[in-house]
Order: sequence, then C-alpha cells, then structure tokens
Amino acid sequence: MPILTNEMMRAVIMDHSSNPTNKHTPKGEGYHKVHMHSDNCIDDLDIYLKVENDHIIDACFEGVACTISLSSTDIMCDLMKGKTTKEALYMIEQYQHMMHEEPFDDEVLDEAIVFVNTSKQAARIRCATIGWNAANSILKEGK
Amino acid sequence: MYDIDKVRRDFPMLDNKKMQNKPLIFLDNASTTFKPQCVIDKMNEYYTEMTSNSHRGDYDLCYNIDVEVAKTRKEIAKFVNSEVNEVVFTSGDTEAINLVAYGYALDNLKKGDKILISITEHASNVLPWYRICQLTGAEVVFVELENKRITANSVKNAFNKYSNIKLAAFAHVGNVLGYEINAKEIASICHSHGALLLLDGAQSVPHMPIDFKDLDVDFLTFSAHKMCGPTGIGCLVGKYDLLQKMSTFHLGGGMNVKFNKDMELEVLDAPAKFEAGTLNLSAIMGFGEAVKYISNIGIENIHKHDQELFDYAISKLEKEDKIIIYNKDSRNGIISFNIKGVFAQDEATLLNSKGIAVRSGQHCAKMIDEVIGEPATVRMSTYLYTSKEEVDAFIDALINGGDILDAYFN
Repeated sequence: MPILTNEMMRAVIMDHSSNPTNKHTPKGEGYHKVHMHSDNCIDDLDIYLKVENDHIIDACFEGVACTISLSSTDIMCDLMKGKTTKEALYMIEQYQHMMHEEPFDDEVLDEAIVFVNTSKQAARIRCATIGWNAANSILKEGK
Repeated sequence: MYDIDKVRRDFPMLDNKKMQNKPLIFLDNASTTFKPQCVIDKMNEYYTEMTSNSHRGDYDLCYNIDVEVAKTRKEIAKFVNSEVNEVVFTSGDTEAINLVAYGYALDNLKKGDKILISITEHASNVLPWYRICQLTGAEVVFVELENKRITANSVKNAFNKYSNIKLAAFAHVGNVLGYEINAKEIASICHSHGALLLLDGAQSVPHMPIDFKDLDVDFLTFSAHKMCGPTGIGCLVGKYDLLQKMSTFHLGGGMNVKFNKDMELEVLDAPAKFEAGTLNLSAIMGFGEAVKYISNIGIENIHKHDQELFDYAISKLEKEDKIIIYNKDSRNGIISFNIKGVFAQDEATLLNSKGIAVRSGQHCAKMIDEVIGEPATVRMSTYLYTSKEEVDAFIDALINGGDILDAYFN
C-alpha cells in the first residue's frame, strides 16, 4: 500500500473528480453495462466493464455524480483494468470492508485507500461504493 | 414578541444534541420537523393510558379514543377552516393525493381529458397522475411557468391552450423554490373552466394561515410530520359533496355499513368511508396536539418568523459572489442555492461535518432541473424553532467552511 498523507489523499480525490480519465462511453463492443443511481445523492451513473478470458480488459463510466462518486468510480476503473475476475472481486471485497471500518487487506487497494475516511460521513458510503457495487454485480452475475 | 428561547425549550431534539460532535443545527424542516414534548407525551398517552381500538368496543377505553380522534379532526378543521367531516385521515400527504387520484380522478377522467400540473411538483403530486392517465387514457399537461412560478396568468394560458382540463394539482408552496401560488385566484380560474383544484399544502399548511373555505380549493392535502406532528399521519381535506361522490380507496373494517354474499356493499359517509382498518391512533392524538401547539403559538407568528429569517439569510448570502440563490424573493422558509463550482451533495456533506443538516439534490422534484438549470441544489429550510444564531452559523459555514474534503480529513 502506498503511504499517503492526508494532503496527498485529498489531491488524489480532487484529481480524479476534476479530471476523471475513465469517464466516457466505451469505445468499441463487448461491454457489460450496469446503471446505478443513489437514493440519497444525485449520483446517476452507467458503469461499463469489458471482460475477456476472465480478465478485465477495460472499465469506464458515464453520468452525473458528486465528488466522492466520481473519484471513487474513476479510481476503481483504473484498478480494474488488467485484473482477473477473481482478483477484482477480492479487491472489491476489501474495499467494502474498508468502507465499513472492518479489517481489510490494504495491499490490494492501491490508490483506493484515499477513501479510508468515508465512514466519517456515513451518508456518502453509498457514493463511494456506487461504481464498485456496479462492477461487483457485473463480475458476479455477468450483468 | 416571539419568544424563540421559550419555543426551543419545548423540543427535546434541540436540547444539546450533537451531530459529528458539533451542536446540531437542523435546517431541513421542509423535509420533516422536530416534535415538541407535548406531542411526544400525547402519543405516549395512547400507549400508556388509552390503548384500545376506535369504533370497535362498548367500553370506556374505546369511547375515550373515539373522543380523541374526533378532537383531532375538530382541531384540524378549525386550523384550516373546513367542516369537521371534510377532514379525512391518511398516512400523509402522499396518500392523500393518491386518494384523490384513485377515489376521484380514476372514476371521472377519460381519454381526451387532461390533468394540469407543473414541472416544479414533488413526485407525490406527479406520479399518481401519471398512473391515472395510464389507466384512463387521460393526459398530464404542464403549465408554462412565469419567472419560475405558477401564476394565475400562466394557469389561464394553460386553459386556453388545452381543452378538457378536468383537474389541476399544484403545490401551494413549492418544496424546492418556496414560491407560493395564488390559490384562491387559481381555484376560481379552474372552476370557471369546469376543473377542480387540488392544493398540495405540504409546505404551506405548517407555515402560514390557510382558509380552506375562503381559498375555495376542492382538495387540500398535508402531512403532520412537517408541522411538529408524528410521521405516518396526514390528511385530505375535501369539499364534502366531492368526498361523498368519491370512491373508497382502501376497503375493510370501519368504512362500511353492511355487505352481503351478493357482493353488495354500503359504505359509511365521508370521512369514515375512507378510513378502513385500524387508524394510526397514537399518531392521530399526536397530530391533534401538534395542531394545538402551533395554534397556541400562532400560525401568523410562525409565518412572520420564517420570513424574518429568510430576509436575514438572503441579505447576507446575496453579498457573496460564490453563492447562487435560486429563490431570493420567495420568502417562505426555504432557500435553494449552490456554491459556484461545488456539487450540491459535496456542500451538504461539508455542512454535515459541521453539525448542520440541510438537504441536497432534487428534493423529490425531479423535473426541477429544467427550471433552475442545475442537476441539484442545496436546500436550507427553517421553522418556528430556528434561531438567528443558527442561521448565522450556517452562513458562516458556507462562507468560511473550507474545502469540501475537510469533511473527510479534518
């Protein structure tokens, strides 16, 4: 796990929310898509994953969302690419543990560790997990 | 003189409560309101002293609860100036609107007819009409707003543009922008075209004097929980002849005179015919107490208090370049705004981190973005117990609150 100061973590979140590199519709075919929205936020996102031979080839998203949703989904897309389905599911599981202040394996979360404080604002857990839940349902159910 | 300190002492939720380890400042009163101790006590009284069912027994306890239900109905009728038998208990404003939709509109509308609403309405005053249109072949049409408002003129124009409008349904005070409509004039316009008017009073009845008879609207709906009462109770106030003609929505015990094997049913007169099953008796008692509490303080005083806080907050906020206010002139205890370059939810989270409760988003009015040109706003809303100091703390947090990520890292 990278060692990040609070300032660095803030910078990572702001960078991914102001310039989300994965925020676009897919270029090409073969993507699984899940639409996600939030009851308590404006978040309204389409999440796209392309999986071939049990490997995640590409991940992207499009829609409207708050800072935490945008940045967490953008970071998730970065981290998904190149992982096997099993690795990705394990990472999602650890991320969920971190959200709920349960013991988690920080080795696999990489940059996503910047959301470690989300539970301080419990109403935003849903925002920080919206993209991750979408990826989870795609990978588990092939939606 | 409005004694805010005395009012605040009535509310347990204002007694040194904390949120995020900061003194709680509740500015989400358009969503729901705190309850004074007298309302809580009255609800407990049902469970500790009066538990029994209404209309169901020959013993004193049962008689006593019937008296309590009648007392609440009378308090409400007095409060909004209707007849007592024009007050129908529902689970809230939403159910009251649905009752008119299914009890009146479903029977009386047909293909080619129209229901007039606006894009500023709350979901509860949109979706029941969509469903009725799906079921009857009628159509929902939208009034053209004038400067973000539903005006008498805009309603006149709608009647000129569309034929066969049979029903109009508007919020008396909008839940996002807080503009009050001229209900009396609009009711008159509707009636001159043979249409009925439903007035959604969710954001007006708790905050300003309402005279059902003088406004001459056909239906008025509101919820107790937005006026210091419990959740799960509200009412439909309807003109008695209309209520009598309406179909029942829920069927069961307590609403019928008799029924037989030939499936013949004779229902009770309104309002009983709409109140099937065991009522939310504790909540009804609490509702009555809430209306009494507000009446004692004086609804005119509450309205004035809301307006003074509104004027005060706007005078401070409009000096700030970074704050965009969407309803500077609505003066009804609701301010919708954004901070330039900040997503509404992010600002609301920052305020949460300072102990300040506001709402962000579309506030259930999911077509409002067309009016304000933004996908979401932050909404602060006051009530009779909101203090000037709380408004100051809110404004200070907006102006000097720091970065939105402070909510996570400080």
